[in-house]
Amino acid sequence: MATSFAKVNAPAVKMPGDTSPLVRTLLKVLAYTLLIGFTVIEFVPFLWALSTSLKPELEINAGLGQNFTWLPKSLTLDSYIGLFSLDQAPFARWYLNSAIVGVVTTLLTLFFAATSGYAFARIPFPGRDFIFLSILGTMMIPGVITIIPIYILLGKLGLINSYPGLILPFMVTAFGIFLMRQFFVAIPLELEEAARVDGANRFRTFWQVVMPLARPALSALTIFTFMGRWNDFLMPLIIVNDKDLYTLPLGMASFRGLYKTDWGLLMSGSLLIMIPIVIMYVFFQRYFIEGISYTGLKG
Amino acid sequence: MARTIEQTKVGVSSTGRLREKSFDKWAGYAFIAPAMFFFTVFTVFPVIFGAYLSLWKIKTAGLEFLSFTGFDNFSTMLGSEDFQIGLWNTARFSFFVVTIQTVVALLLAVTVNSKIRGKAFFRTAFFFPSISSSVVISIIFLWVFNKFGLINNFLSIFGINGPTWIDDPKTALPSIMGLNIWTTSGTMMIIYLAALGDIPAHLYEAASVDGATGIQKFFGITVPLLTPTTFFVVSLGLIGTFQVFDQAFVISNGSGGPEKSTLTVVFTIYNQAFKERNGLGLAAAGAVILFVIIFTLTLIQRRFLKTEQQY
Repeated sequence: MATSFAKVNAPAVKMPGDTSPLVRTLLKVLAYTLLIGFTVIEFVPFLWALSTSLKPELEINAGLGQNFTWLPKSLTLDSYIGLFSLDQAPFARWYLNSAIVGVVTTLLTLFFAATSGYAFARIPFPGRDFIFLSILGTMMIPGVITIIPIYILLGKLGLINSYPGLILPFMVTAFGIFLMRQFFVAIPLELEEAARVDGANRFRTFWQVVMPLARPALSALTIFTFMGRWNDFLMPLIIVNDKDLYTLPLGMASFRGLYKTDWGLLMSGSLLIMIPIVIMYVFFQRYFIEGISYTGLKG
Repeated sequence: MARTIEQTKVGVSSTGRLREKSFDKWAGYAFIAPAMFFFTVFTVFPVIFGAYLSLWKIKTAGLEFLSFTGFDNFSTMLGSEDFQIGLWNTARFSFFVVTIQTVVALLLAVTVNSKIRGKAFFRTAFFFPSISSSVVISIIFLWVFNKFGLINNFLSIFGINGPTWIDDPKTALPSIMGLNIWTTSGTMMIIYLAALGDIPAHLYEAASVDGATGIQKFFGITVPLLTPTTFFVVSLGLIGTFQVFDQAFVISNGSGGPEKSTLTVVFTIYNQAFKERNGLGLAAAGAVILFVIIFTLTLIQRRFLKTEQQY
């Protein structure tokens, strides 16, 4: 198998180390089997969730025993409709909370990362490189150490159980500053210099010349910030305990306790949470892939 | 990086007017000031504050600092049974997840990078699970691992009677390991794939001329040249897995069970802080201990992989 792997960048010309056509065909079959097999493994749980969410409750329950079905015998949207009429769980409200927190945090992150990233890339001032490297250094610090201090800090500021509590601690990130700086360093100086020769100062050049050029970097940062906020669980769990202020992951985790065996409800809720991110993924895929080598991992 | 910083310095306006330079200096501070204010308050300060908190006994209700206890919190935490169980579970979790996901990621990356069709498709497909929230994935896997769920139904095709997975202390933690490997292998694969593209083709050509076999090229060229990437992938893996919480919390419904088999370090820190009355200081100490462990492991593996790479 490794033979075909290492052929990665090898030229098509016959080399002494080459293997026979038969072996090569076999290796190719093996490679496709591996890749297709892994693709199936990655998607089947989602398809299984989708199939469950479209089954009537009776069919799901019947499946907990002898009468199991892979695909729904009859399709229904009952599980999805049911989500929005639960006594103990304001699902729509959670959706709204997640949207507000996600959008506001993302906009603020873009502002802070772009302004400071620009300065670190383009404006020389004493202490600049030291400050930038210190910020970079914080990226290696595991987030767990900040859980308790942020809880106490927000408590003292009276921000527990509030939107600002869910936004303020996350709007300036080392990753965002780093991403924007790397981008600004790489764009050509000539454009800016032309504007400055025309008498524009730093602030005007930034808004009118540099920012419009930064769209790709801003898009990547938007995706990563929004996805991070939308999916985060541990910090909101600590910051919010009022059910009306839950974000979606908190709400879903509480579902797990409340509706333990209502698989239709649990699956439809899970899939609805994924929709905005999946849409972003379909349309802005390349930013996900490009940005991923910079970013850390979620817990 | 050093080079890019240098480039910017050289790039300062060639006219070099003094007045503009001093204006620039203040513009620079003005540009970073708002971000730096919040960064200091919510990122830098909490790290220092966290270390300080670990020396106090703090009442959870009202956040009252009861007494200065020095390093007592550390010995209490290290001596507590739950914390030890959490450490043991987390260490096993991290070992298996990081090892398996790194090998799987490398294998997939090299395969995708070989002469096959549909490269872009496989890249997109493998990354897909990484975009979903850990809570959503945990809930879907709760159903996948159910006694009558996906896996056991699949096994029954072969006449195998599957275990109860998450309800059995023997299989609960391995189930969570499985879901974590399933989620992150694709992310790691993308990192490897980017690095594979940077390996110069002529190295393989030269090796072929010398009559090297594919396996020799893989272990002689690909693996050594990917060492910095492996360091990065393993570091990310260690930092992520040692802080595992969401999946264990959701799957065990906040209990860490069955029989504490899914209790992790962050789980015990969370319990200490929010399930006990005066546990915030202890929780902060637990976090400092975990920080030291992660930091040490990262340094050890750095030495082990002997890499010069910075990022």
